[in-house]
Amino acid sequence: MASSTHQTSRGLPWLLSLPALALFLALLAIPLVLTAILSFNAFDGMRGIQQSYGFGNYLEILLDGYYREIFLRTGGMALAVTLICIVLGVPETLILAKMKPVWRGTFFVVILGPLLISVVVRTLGWSVLLGSQGVVNTVLRGLGLVDEPIRLLFSMTGVIIVLTHVFLPFMVIAVWSAMQRLDGQIEHAARSLGAGPFTTFRRIMLPQLMPGILSGAIIVFALAASAYATPAIIGGRRVKVVATTLYDEFFNSLNWPLGAAIAVLLLLANILIIVGCNRLVERRFKQVFA
Amino acid sequence: MSSLSLRALSKSYGPVQAVRGVDLDVNEGEFLSLLGPSGCGKTTTLQMVAGFVPPTTGSIVVDGQDLTSIAPEKRDMGVVFQSYALFPHMNVAQNIGFGLEMRRVERGELKRRVEEALAMVRLAGLEGRYPSELSGGQRQRVAIARALAIRPRVLLLDEPMSNLDAKLRGEMHVELRSLQRRLGITAILVTHDQVEAMTMSDRIAVMTNGGIAQLGTPQEVYDRPASQFASSFLGHTNVLSGRIESRIADEATVRVGPTAFRTRVAKDQVTPDIAVFVRPERLRLGSPDQATLQGRVSTRLFLGGSWIYEIETELGMLRITQQNTGTVQAEEGETIGVSWNAEDLRVIATERSDG
Amino acid sequence: MSGRDISRNGPLALIFHALLTVFILAPLVVVMLVSLSDKEYLSMPFDGMSLRWYREILAAPELISAFWLSIWLGLASATLATIVAVPAALAIARHRFFGRDGLMAFLMSPLMIPHVVLGVAFLRFFSIMEWTGSFVALVLVHAITVVPYSLRLTLAAVIGLERDAETAARSLGASRAVAFRRILLPLILPGVAAGWVLAFIQSFDEVTMTIFVATPGTTTLPVALYNRISQLTDPVTTSVSTILILGTMAFMFILDRMVGLDRVLIGKK
Repeated sequence: MASSTHQTSRGLPWLLSLPALALFLALLAIPLVLTAILSFNAFDGMRGIQQSYGFGNYLEILLDGYYREIFLRTGGMALAVTLICIVLGVPETLILAKMKPVWRGTFFVVILGPLLISVVVRTLGWSVLLGSQGVVNTVLRGLGLVDEPIRLLFSMTGVIIVLTHVFLPFMVIAVWSAMQRLDGQIEHAARSLGAGPFTTFRRIMLPQLMPGILSGAIIVFALAASAYATPAIIGGRRVKVVATTLYDEFFNSLNWPLGAAIAVLLLLANILIIVGCNRLVERRFKQVFA
Repeated sequence: MSSLSLRALSKSYGPVQAVRGVDLDVNEGEFLSLLGPSGCGKTTTLQMVAGFVPPTTGSIVVDGQDLTSIAPEKRDMGVVFQSYALFPHMNVAQNIGFGLEMRRVERGELKRRVEEALAMVRLAGLEGRYPSELSGGQRQRVAIARALAIRPRVLLLDEPMSNLDAKLRGEMHVELRSLQRRLGITAILVTHDQVEAMTMSDRIAVMTNGGIAQLGTPQEVYDRPASQFASSFLGHTNVLSGRIESRIADEATVRVGPTAFRTRVAKDQVTPDIAVFVRPERLRLGSPDQATLQGRVSTRLFLGGSWIYEIETELGMLRITQQNTGTVQAEEGETIGVSWNAEDLRVIATERSDG
Repeated sequence: MSGRDISRNGPLALIFHALLTVFILAPLVVVMLVSLSDKEYLSMPFDGMSLRWYREILAAPELISAFWLSIWLGLASATLATIVAVPAALAIARHRFFGRDGLMAFLMSPLMIPHVVLGVAFLRFFSIMEWTGSFVALVLVHAITVVPYSLRLTLAAVIGLERDAETAARSLGASRAVAFRRILLPLILPGVAAGWVLAFIQSFDEVTMTIFVATPGTTTLPVALYNRISQLTDPVTTSVSTILILGTMAFMFILDRMVGLDRVLIGKK
């Protein structure tokens, strides 16, 4: 790319970026800073937002078992979603890679296309499927696997199932990108040297797909940890996660400073996880994939 | 050392027949090349031998053992791939040792055999490098060492030199050939490069349209091509229009320009018009008045070791190659004589025609 | 008898693939089926079929106005995002300058920031600026969230181009402006257009951030649907969803024709 860039006029790139930059500074950077400031404001149940500043909101979140539990529950939920996405997404991507181009194209649309369909619509479909009279319970009982309808709607299990459905495409995309860098003959090479299909996958394919799996996992984890609509509809009041708690602080308790503090912590956790994991992936696989 | 036999080997992809009924015997310690243009079925044939692609019909036999339905990991075939297919997350020693590890070779023995393989390809000392830290030529050597380390029954080479530059390729031809001779290993090379096939092989199978068009030593295939395809695929050939003057069964007298020669012709040759082939290096330049034919030098190219002349004659454009002996024989535009010996003229005598 | 082709999928793999496909498609198919039910409540399976829930949409004017608001919001924010993203993409792709990586990261950052956090930040900002309920303000913040999509596809189009074509045009006597207008612009246009379509879809679908800033006057369709689903369960939501699914499929078809859907979804080629 070095040859396709030039340095004729110094100001030109900034001039070209000016509209985007102005929009982002005015309407993204400033609101985020204002939110950060708000998170330090004191709050009084009677009189609302106070003009004094302090770490009170953060202390409340970190020390109060209620909020700590919500953060831990959200982290656990995101971790479960991430793991299931890996277990489903990695084999599926391998299968897609082996398909004939026509079929591959078709199933790419089937698996990735839902990304473009509103998450509310997809969640609505699941709420029909997961109800106690829903399709899943009907099938399970029909097969004699369960006697009583199991609670899927308004349960953590249900939220995890639906979030997996919502974010699985991101895992497939990440693994697919990693697979594109693979030598197409490498699987044959391993087989010809005496490795069976399973050994070939474990020793040869998996280590090379690892960077892709990890970057997919980062995306899925970050999105799942901050998802709102799905936990709100499927989990309801019973399964509170960070995002729904945030909403309640703003619209039910009207404790904006506390809500802002939760938002800041969520954002920090998100950035820490994304940047931290990216560093790890880069360092760990740098030499091998130079 | 092993011998390999392919019996009526075919592969169809839907209506497309990639390989049609290949019969081939490769002797112990022999180096055989499958030579042909892309899409001729040579790679598919190799992949069936390696076990990556199941044949539609036919069988693959090594040392009398039918391998047709054996999984690739149980075939003991060493494969060198076009892309080398080195494992990028393993260093050189781990790459070469992988096949031995799969065979549960004990650690000390494994280390010894990895070193032995590295020495064989003259890469000793690079054990700890990763493939990304190696040059193209070094990667190629690691790929060869990895395939040889398992002491395979047959070494399969799938266009292994096509990613190397011309000079390196020439060196590897010599080196790989002497290595194969020294180990006495049976080898099959798939290539579209006729020079590669001719320099390395004991025998060449020229493939076209999923079948073997001709099988023979490099010299046989070059000097007595069995089909127009084989003759045009190996080196350059001048095609002259000849005429059958008289014929008894498949013995005929064919006239080309001012000369005539006796030859065998195909039984299905019914018209008197017949294509006559002559290699550029079998034509001679001389003074116009003593030659068989006169022509005008249309183009002259200098290749260092030799010259190429394109000469316009009444029989059409002829290409002639001449050794560079230090003297210039003719300038462009000059009129010059062309001669040949009748025994260097060929017609395609077999019934098999080109595809 | 011959061995298995190891370059193909085995039976187990195909069973896995079939089950996963069912998992992916099931909720969408169910929504479409239930929308044809004649029952008063959401259930599967059902007996009678009818189009009554499609007619009922007409009796829900708030859904119809939300639909049009979402359309206008998507059109406006995707257009604004494209207008600011294309010059920025050209700057990033074609120039090396101090702060280039930082600029890129800043413009892509809406992908990294959770939408709930964006929602909170915009809610706070709007209440301070007294912009609450403003359509223009909604367009501006939607544009910010969809700039990364437009930027990414435009960047891919510019980087994928050989600079030689422009250089050739210059050597043939075209001025820099003419080379841009006659050579570069037509070549990157499919990428820019695909970026616009993707930005439109993302704006149209956005729900999490919008919930925080939407007012009765600025309720988008996903927010309206969300509100309806979380309050009562009636099959009107399924008929509206079915229309959304079919509409999205039409857009996917257009995207596929323009640049190839895999390229849009996977990002690079």
